[in-house]
Amino acid sequence: MATITLDTVRKVYGGAVEAVKGVSIDIADGEFIVLVGPSGCGKSTLLRMVAGLEDITTGEIKIGDKVVNNVDPANRDIAMVFQNYALYPHMTVYNNLAYGLKNRGMAKDEIDRRVKEAARILEIGDYLDRKPRALSGGQRQRVAMGRAIVREPAAFLFDEPLSNLDAKLRVQMRVEIKRLQKSLKTTSVYVTHDQLEAMTLADRLVVLNGGNIEQIGAPIEVYDKPASTFVASFIGSPAMNLLKVKTDASGLAFETGAGLSGANPHGRDRYIAGVRPEHLDVVPAGSPEAALTLKAKVNVLEPVGAESYLYAECGDGGPEIVIRVESHAHFEPGQEIVLSAKAKDVHFFDADTGRRIDG
Amino acid sequence: MKKVQFDSRLTPYILLLPQLAIVAIFFLWPAAEAVRSSFYLEDPFGFGSTFVGLDNFKDVFADSNYGRVVRFTGVFTFCVTFFSLAIALVLAVKADKVIHGSSAYKTLLMWVYAVAPPVAGLIGIFLFDQHVGPIVKMFKALGWDMRIGVNYNDTGFAMVVVAVWKQIPVNFIFLLSGLQGISKSVQEAAAIDCPSGFRRFWTVTFPLLAPTGFFLLIINITYALFDTFGVIDVLLKTQPGDDPITLVYKVYQDGFRGNDLGGSSAQSVILMVVVFVLTVIQFRLIERRVHYN
Ligand SMILES: Nc1ncnc2c1ncn2[C@@H]1O[C@H](COP(=O)(O)OP(=O)(O)OP(=O)(O)O)[C@@H](O)[C@H]1O
Ligand SMILES: [Mg+2]
Repeated sequence: MATITLDTVRKVYGGAVEAVKGVSIDIADGEFIVLVGPSGCGKSTLLRMVAGLEDITTGEIKIGDKVVNNVDPANRDIAMVFQNYALYPHMTVYNNLAYGLKNRGMAKDEIDRRVKEAARILEIGDYLDRKPRALSGGQRQRVAMGRAIVREPAAFLFDEPLSNLDAKLRVQMRVEIKRLQKSLKTTSVYVTHDQLEAMTLADRLVVLNGGNIEQIGAPIEVYDKPASTFVASFIGSPAMNLLKVKTDASGLAFETGAGLSGANPHGRDRYIAGVRPEHLDVVPAGSPEAALTLKAKVNVLEPVGAESYLYAECGDGGPEIVIRVESHAHFEPGQEIVLSAKAKDVHFFDADTGRRIDG
Repeated sequence: MKKVQFDSRLTPYILLLPQLAIVAIFFLWPAAEAVRSSFYLEDPFGFGSTFVGLDNFKDVFADSNYGRVVRFTGVFTFCVTFFSLAIALVLAVKADKVIHGSSAYKTLLMWVYAVAPPVAGLIGIFLFDQHVGPIVKMFKALGWDMRIGVNYNDTGFAMVVVAVWKQIPVNFIFLLSGLQGISKSVQEAAAIDCPSGFRRFWTVTFPLLAPTGFFLLIINITYALFDTFGVIDVLLKTQPGDDPITLVYKVYQDGFRGNDLGGSSAQSVILMVVVFVLTVIQFRLIERRVHYN
């Protein structure tokens, strides 16, 4: 177990592509950190630099107190779970788990004890004599996990370990990884582009965009106070509604026309206003003005079972927004509705930079 | 795939005919002829032949020189196979580290395959030229006066070196593509699991290369046994005295130089059996060839 410290870490591929642009993160001992962001934002690159599989262009990575920039992957005391599992195809499951221990000269009975223990925890005891090709995707995934935990390393590194599993298995393994990490208390860095996985697993989220950190924080903090429009639209599903607004004498208004009203909160003349689908209420016409009130026309209703999503068009030809409504609600296409949001649920971002405006 | 039906039931056979004719004329017929004449004693001047049963075979096995040639062929085949594979493996591992899947390099390396064997053969033979060959001169400077085509061991050594030299490009290309076929993330997992690069190679890379290796092993044995005829012939300048020769060369020597068609045919029948056994082994291996996915 150890802390991991990244200090302005940069990665430039082939002198041209800057995949990671000076990232600093302090990871506490035993913490579960999730790196999340869209494809190509540099998550894998960052993780692979921690693993030692990729050179660090500039900056410094420490595991514990030791700077590991020039330490071989095998000597960093980390274990990694790969997206395609990367099991050794010519070895049995037992040997896949034992390989990393044998190479470090561990005694046979200690290896056996650890392999059996990991197999018990992960319920792969029945397959120990099989080769990986005789296992299902889910079983391979468990073996890959097992290979990491037998090592009892200072840190686990995961690169989208669940993305090759079907939806149901993914949820199941997600819960299991979380439980396992809580009981082992091993510092973990987990890469995913799935915001739900990120939210549920993380002690702290690191949202990456184009090689930069957009925001670091506990999942609920990131959800409640997204630092930018990028984070706002990336975390939460369906994504937050983002509306371009201007201000006039009466307060907020759409740039394109009527349909929106509310008080100007920060005394500026342009904003991007954000409100999550779950924070919009359909209210009877003529209700008292809220922090944000919208008039809209229903396009479609999309039931997903536990709830439904209502897609509606604001004002005359304004932006389309999404509203979460209860599952059996009934709306007709073309129906006129009034929506309101409370002050604490409306986020304001700088119209040019997209950064959050607070206070 | 769409299944095409021929109008006439004869068409497929007509289409196959040229290939079948080639097999018949250039393989089956000579083979049958060899088997037939291995049972006859041919008159050296071409005035008919006498049936002698298995006498030709008995003569072959009784000939002490034949044993000597078998031994040399064995040593030669082992050395050529071992060294051409080992050297090619070292080169392929080094190249694999550099090219990292860059296709430009791969295309360049294919040229080695396309151009090298004949040219390499010529260069190799030049290197061992008795009068101007740099290798001969080098060894002379080191105190080894090589006498190619005269001294048994010197000639054998030169044969092995030229044959190995000629085969390296072929092995290199196959081994390199085998190495490139090994999953990158498996190698990365090994980099995390195993501190020693040497050990990592023997426990992960090498076993994953085994299917390619088995295949090449058979290819190389066949090469050393049969395809080295030209190299040997040039080095011996078609005047083998007390020189090392392989079984195939002996067939040629006895049949065309010694005019002993019967004995020579008996020897080629024995070689056919060897080829047959090798082919069976190869098919078995390919069938069982481990497919890692
Ligand atoms: N070996 C490489 N050479 C050049 N550029 C690379 C290399 N590897 C990655 N990149 C580039 O670096 C950027 C970040 O890549 P990275 O693999 O870290 O993305 P990612 O966030 O993991 O994306 P994904 O979710 O698709 O896996 C991308 O623009 C990618 O094209
Ligand atoms: Mg990635």
